[in-house]
Amino acid sequence: MSTITVTVNGKSYTKEVEGRTLLVHFLRDTLGLTGTHVGCDTSSCGACTIHLDGRAVKSCSMLAAQADGSILTTIEGLAPGGELHPLQVAFNDEHGLQCGFCTPGMIMTAADLLSQNPNPTEREIREGLEGNICRCTGYHNIVRAIQLAAERTAGVPA
Amino acid sequence: MSNYIGKPLSRVDGVAKVTGKAKYAAEFDAPDLTYGYVVSSTITKGRITHIETSEALSLPGVLSVITHENRPKIAWLDMSYKDQDAPPGSPFRPLRDNKISYSGQPIALVVAETFELARYAASLIRVDYREAPHETNLDTNLHRARKPKSGLASLLKPPPPKPRGNFDEVYAASPAKVEGRYSHSPEHHNPMEMFASTVVYEKDGKLTIYDKTQGAQNSQLYVTQAFNMSFSDVRVISPFVGGAFGSGLRPQYQLFLAVMAARELKRSVRVTLTRQQMFTFGHRPATIQNIALGADSNGKINAIYHDAVGETSQFEDYTEIVPTWSPMIYPAENVTLDYKIVPLDVFTPLDMRAPGGVTGVPAIETAIDEMAYELGIDPLELRLINYSDRNMAEDKPFSSKELRECFRQGAERFGWAKRNPKPGSMRDGHNLIGWGMSTGMWEANQMPARAEAVLTVNGKLRVTSATADIGTGTYTIMTQIAADTLGMPMEDVLFKLGDSDMPLAPIEGGSWTAATVGSAVKVVCEELGRKLFKLAQKIPGSPLAKAKWDDVEFVDKHIRLKQNPAAAVSLQQAVDQNGGAAVWQKSTSLPAMMKQKNYSRAAHSAVFVEVMVDEDLGTIRVTRAVSAIAGGKILNPKTARSQIIGGMVWGISKALEEESVMDHTIGRFMNHSLAEYHVPVNADIHDLDVIFVEEHDDIVNPLGVKGLGEIGIVGMPAAIANAVFHATGKRIRELPITLDKIL
Repeated sequence: MSTITVTVNGKSYTKEVEGRTLLVHFLRDTLGLTGTHVGCDTSSCGACTIHLDGRAVKSCSMLAAQADGSILTTIEGLAPGGELHPLQVAFNDEHGLQCGFCTPGMIMTAADLLSQNPNPTEREIREGLEGNICRCTGYHNIVRAIQLAAERTAGVPA
Repeated sequence: MSNYIGKPLSRVDGVAKVTGKAKYAAEFDAPDLTYGYVVSSTITKGRITHIETSEALSLPGVLSVITHENRPKIAWLDMSYKDQDAPPGSPFRPLRDNKISYSGQPIALVVAETFELARYAASLIRVDYREAPHETNLDTNLHRARKPKSGLASLLKPPPPKPRGNFDEVYAASPAKVEGRYSHSPEHHNPMEMFASTVVYEKDGKLTIYDKTQGAQNSQLYVTQAFNMSFSDVRVISPFVGGAFGSGLRPQYQLFLAVMAARELKRSVRVTLTRQQMFTFGHRPATIQNIALGADSNGKINAIYHDAVGETSQFEDYTEIVPTWSPMIYPAENVTLDYKIVPLDVFTPLDMRAPGGVTGVPAIETAIDEMAYELGIDPLELRLINYSDRNMAEDKPFSSKELRECFRQGAERFGWAKRNPKPGSMRDGHNLIGWGMSTGMWEANQMPARAEAVLTVNGKLRVTSATADIGTGTYTIMTQIAADTLGMPMEDVLFKLGDSDMPLAPIEGGSWTAATVGSAVKVVCEELGRKLFKLAQKIPGSPLAKAKWDDVEFVDKHIRLKQNPAAAVSLQQAVDQNGGAAVWQKSTSLPAMMKQKNYSRAAHSAVFVEVMVDEDLGTIRVTRAVSAIAGGKILNPKTARSQIIGGMVWGISKALEEESVMDHTIGRFMNHSLAEYHVPVNADIHDLDVIFVEEHDDIVNPLGVKGLGEIGIVGMPAAIANAVFHATGKRIRELPITLDKIL
């Protein structure tokens, strides 16, 4: 067991974790933040994507202990003020989701993509999100949602 | 009134899903929750001779290891394990005895205080086996093909019709002939959410179960029967399902194991399968088909032979409708069909998106393309020459079939007329361009269902039915139907599903939910409306006092005279008349059998695809696809279009990527992860276009809808295979078309 301190969605937590606990299970089982999903066990699907110190990471491929001292954002913390994040609005408006299981990971990856490249082309979006699998939507509306969010936030500093 | 039906509305569950608030089966908490981890068999067939659990049990925090040796007593009869989608046979019972029937079979459940501990303890279980020889190869076991047993499932999946005419004679004399052998590999559903059950053990021994399922009542039935519990002691809840595609039509073994452990430990238990274990239950069966077509020189197909052999398990006879699609699409007078199965040492296959349809239709639609080349007739023209408004498998007219319009609009949007039919004739630099097309078809069924509607004293409407929303949009379209039927804004309507306590609904599959549950929602809201109308009439001085039911309409939260909208009573006034109580109605919707029985009911599609094949590397990209759909009334073009695009991507996946690769030496699916089981990612998908053609049908169900969950996939694989032929001149009859088959 080790003690870690992490800031998750703006709140600081100091918790005992087992060395073998994955970050995703820490978020889900210890903190009850179940919006971050597990879809594959092999870091292939991206359903568990969160932000660690501002960059998208797959929280199934690191240990909770490795996150000690980090600032984490999960889907629950993407819109701190209660108002939805432009990507959340756009995924809803453009129907970029069906079953919703991949959605939090898609949005977290897309948020990272837009912070690096605020005005991506369709190709850049598709390639930027190739580490996130969706089995329902056929991806089309996901790409449109990200394009829409980019348009709506054009010129707005991140 | 139609304020909402037909409008492209966003989903009512959208915000919950973009904020992480939608909860799936493994996300419900319980006090003192324990975690179960499944141990899987490492052999394919044989017996467990010894299972050593002491090391696992010695770890502090490990609560139990349940195996066939120490499991509690369970129901004896096969009948007790029959769920609503069980094929004829003897359903698999986890931990029944020491017998191993397939690779990855669950052989123990480790329960511990934490997930990590359970997983580690599971790695300490030592198992000795006595192996027996297994058979997993359909190809080398075709000599064992036999007719399937019939049972309840045969009602929905009848065997092919008897031969008509004389195939042999007419085929022999046909001036144009094609024949071929078509096959595809097994596939696994692989919804993004892994199967999970959280079983909450209540103080009195009652169970509240959060399960991943396409039918909460199906899971409830299974648990009550298998564990000899009463219905009132088992409640199954499943508000959100992270995809299923058929895999949730039968309760999976994590449910059984979690319930067994919870009852044994008298504690709440969660069992989540791993992605690897998602390859250890139902799958789309490998199937081998033979087709022969004979046509006259004008292109009229006069003779069809179509047979299919699919795999099943050693314990259940899973079947699909496969060859029957040929005469459903093409009206030949001389038809011989055959369907058989081969039992192998695998788990029983399971309905997977368009089961049978996306097996049989791609085969016949590839053969039709071959015939077009044989005759030198354009593939679209050949389909028009053989167009039929009658389903010759049932010898009945279609209740509606706007496929001709699908062909017209789809071809126009795609630019089909510009196609040079010669294979290899179109290119873009290194890429060979191919254009192919296919017909698609899927049945439009309706089942009985019930629903409940309550108008609360606050004037809000709550409608419930025990169906599921696996991502299709059920919550949204049911809310639209309810709101329109009672003239209410959608914000005042709450539709709930996925709870076994709710009114009876069938398992959510077969593309029948919009028709089935939609009809029940419509009926219950109409009948609730009648009650509200009667209450409105009783209000002193009511402007509706003398009105008849047919004279009124529900608009803007009011009941009003159609002829005099000023004569109106608000729904709030009507419910206020009910003595301070909500107004309540429960209703049943049954298919209009007498009306339906003389017709064949189906959705159709015309699919046009462009592929680019790298002539050196053999890589194939679907650069453009148009799917024109005749699917009856479209309740919500936004959710509908998304269903079709999702289906089209499944079609691309089936044609080019998806394949569960069996190592027959050890009898196991080898690529059991999302790293190795290929499905498309964002970067694989290019331009996809959907057209909904107008189609009116008042026979199929009261809403005129046909269901869209499956029609999107059916036509894609053959359109792609035909496009690959057009690009390369290579006719690939074995799916998926991987690059090794092109080079």
